[in-house]
Amino acid sequence: MKRSSEARIMLRHGAGGAAMRELIEEVFLPGAQPLSAGIGLEAMDDGAALPLEGGWLILTTDAHVVKPLFFPGGDIGKLAVCGTVNDLAVMGATKPLALTCSLILEEGLSRSVLERVWGSLSESCAQVGLPLVAGDTKIMGRGEIDGLVIATTGVALAPRPISDAGLRPGDQLLVTGTLGDHGFAVMATRHALQIGSELESDVAPVHELARIALEIAGEDLVAMKDPTRGGLASALTEMARKGGVGILLAEPRLPIRPEVRALSELLGIDPLHVACEGRIVMGVRAARAEALVEALRRHPQGRDAAIVGECVSERGGEVILETGFGRRPLFELDGEPLPRIC
Amino acid sequence: MSERPELPRLEFRDPARARELVEGLRLAVDRVEGPPITLMHVCGSHEQAIARYGLRSVLPRGLEVIMGPGCPVCITDVPEVDEAVAIARSGARVATYGDMLRVPGSRDSLADAQAEGAQIDVVYGVDQAVELAKSSSGELVFFASGFETTAVATAAALLAGVPSNFSVLCAHKYIPPVMEIVAEMPGSRIQGFLAAGHAATITGWGVFEGFVRRQGLPVVVAGFEPLDILAGLLRLVQRIVAGEATVDNAFPRCVSKDGNLRAQRALWQVFRRVGGCWRGIAHVPNGNLRLRDEWAALDARLRFRAEIASMARQAPSALVSRCVCGEIMAGIASPADCSLFGRECLPSDPVGACMVSMEGTCRIWHRYGTRTRPSDRVGGPR
Repeated sequence: MKRSSEARIMLRHGAGGAAMRELIEEVFLPGAQPLSAGIGLEAMDDGAALPLEGGWLILTTDAHVVKPLFFPGGDIGKLAVCGTVNDLAVMGATKPLALTCSLILEEGLSRSVLERVWGSLSESCAQVGLPLVAGDTKIMGRGEIDGLVIATTGVALAPRPISDAGLRPGDQLLVTGTLGDHGFAVMATRHALQIGSELESDVAPVHELARIALEIAGEDLVAMKDPTRGGLASALTEMARKGGVGILLAEPRLPIRPEVRALSELLGIDPLHVACEGRIVMGVRAARAEALVEALRRHPQGRDAAIVGECVSERGGEVILETGFGRRPLFELDGEPLPRIC
Repeated sequence: MSERPELPRLEFRDPARARELVEGLRLAVDRVEGPPITLMHVCGSHEQAIARYGLRSVLPRGLEVIMGPGCPVCITDVPEVDEAVAIARSGARVATYGDMLRVPGSRDSLADAQAEGAQIDVVYGVDQAVELAKSSSGELVFFASGFETTAVATAAALLAGVPSNFSVLCAHKYIPPVMEIVAEMPGSRIQGFLAAGHAATITGWGVFEGFVRRQGLPVVVAGFEPLDILAGLLRLVQRIVAGEATVDNAFPRCVSKDGNLRAQRALWQVFRRVGGCWRGIAHVPNGNLRLRDEWAALDARLRFRAEIASMARQAPSALVSRCVCGEIMAGIASPADCSLFGRECLPSDPVGACMVSMEGTCRIWHRYGTRTRPSDRVGGPR
């Protein structure tokens, strides 16, 4: 007897892990017209790369939902812009050209909430110098949608696309800042937890960090990804799988805030499974790793940048976490991170 | 716990001390010939810490640590989940601990009910569920799962007073009796138990003295930091090597012999022990905690009797009856012995609880894609 979960879309299909990948492979990819050259849907990268004469057009599209709409350090408007800018940036396009934005609003939504979100979205665009060039607005009946959903598309040009599949044995892995801040800040707000109330989301545009990386490491910068849904664990698992390498991750070197650690132990949720919205994971040839981490640290957004792991030829597709006490495989999440009982 | 000294936070996470303890374990285990020493812990938090810190990868080969029936999610029985699903489908709000969401009942889980429109709230504690009830007009049912630790919290909330639209669907379990069941299972290879430190803060370590006398097996009460666990395992191995069956308290900074008497009073003011089934294990005499008659007005089983009855006629799935989670949790069988494993039973669509929980044996095996123990693979040759 089939359980109803097999016939329905569940929350885990949106969690950025295996369930989502299967949905794409089973439902979306089979009928899709493949791209003749470049990086298309089947690459399941952060965006697409289409070859142009003398360069590449980078294209990405995202739908943004977050509960609550406003959280410490940001809101859904800022999140929408940063999410798009960051997907372009990690594809190697650090000067976004234009943004389109569709809004789906719930009947009865407070006008002041909409204006606040829009103000924040516009401010974030201004900060990046990103023109908003087209949009669409739809209203759905009360209860048919939860408040407000934003869908964005971003375009940019890049001299060469950076994929998330370029890792080779020996490459070093860097993160540009502390991990899990966004996810735990949202969780702490959503559930009104006392602990972690000072914690702010890391939501921010990362195109400047990506630009520094391209300048410092050049061709030696071989992979980038923003560890959003599913956190660092999902991002690294995907990079390991696509690159056919194993990844050894050194837990003592991971930059994690004490508040995030405390929340993670309280809730039983691994910070490595929790979203960042203003960080990049970078894969770089070993010779340039030290220079890159030093350059990143000179930027205010990169103060906590750290080399956290390396690629090996064994255990292709797997991420092994060295905890300081032993080692364990680090898996991507199968669904939403859920708090444990005890 | 006022005499508890102030210690630096990282004292129990010192990798150098951990290496010393691992070396001590290796020396102690090496003195024993024959099959591996087999220990069982009975606590999801122990498994969580063992997995979290990768401790299995450094344990000596002659030592096997089995995860027993200590994951509260794993042992919540099928009918208990069915009751929660039936109540949720009737239109009441159901508040639950997060990891109960995906545990399958005879057909569906609370997550399935949620996908169909039932209102399920994930809460971090009973107090949050009480707050939800206060702020909502309809019925709110707290699906109370977990062992002594969470049961005391439920008891305290009821004693403090709850709004009239609040009721409890009680699936709390009591650990000490199930240790006897597992120890007495035919074919059991278990030579000692690591007992859960947090539950013992309430019950006291004295609660295990009767067990040790009856079964002749040593028990060590241990905490949850990596050094606590390694020290607990070392003490257990030393007792086995010496042939001594005693209770040791390796968590003295929190656990006393008598435990927290106030918490015990609260627990037994609200709950009574009754026999009942644990998923996959068996009927466990005195293993279930249920509300005492004085609290009947807050018992969701009585308040939603009709809704539960309408659901109860659903035949259990044929798959569930083939699940061997019980034997796996008892350390008698492995996932390789299960005809469902990796076929009908998958992490994305689990049949048995060992596939649901992140710490479940089947879940761990499935992720490795092999039929070897995790410790054999991590760091070892491919």
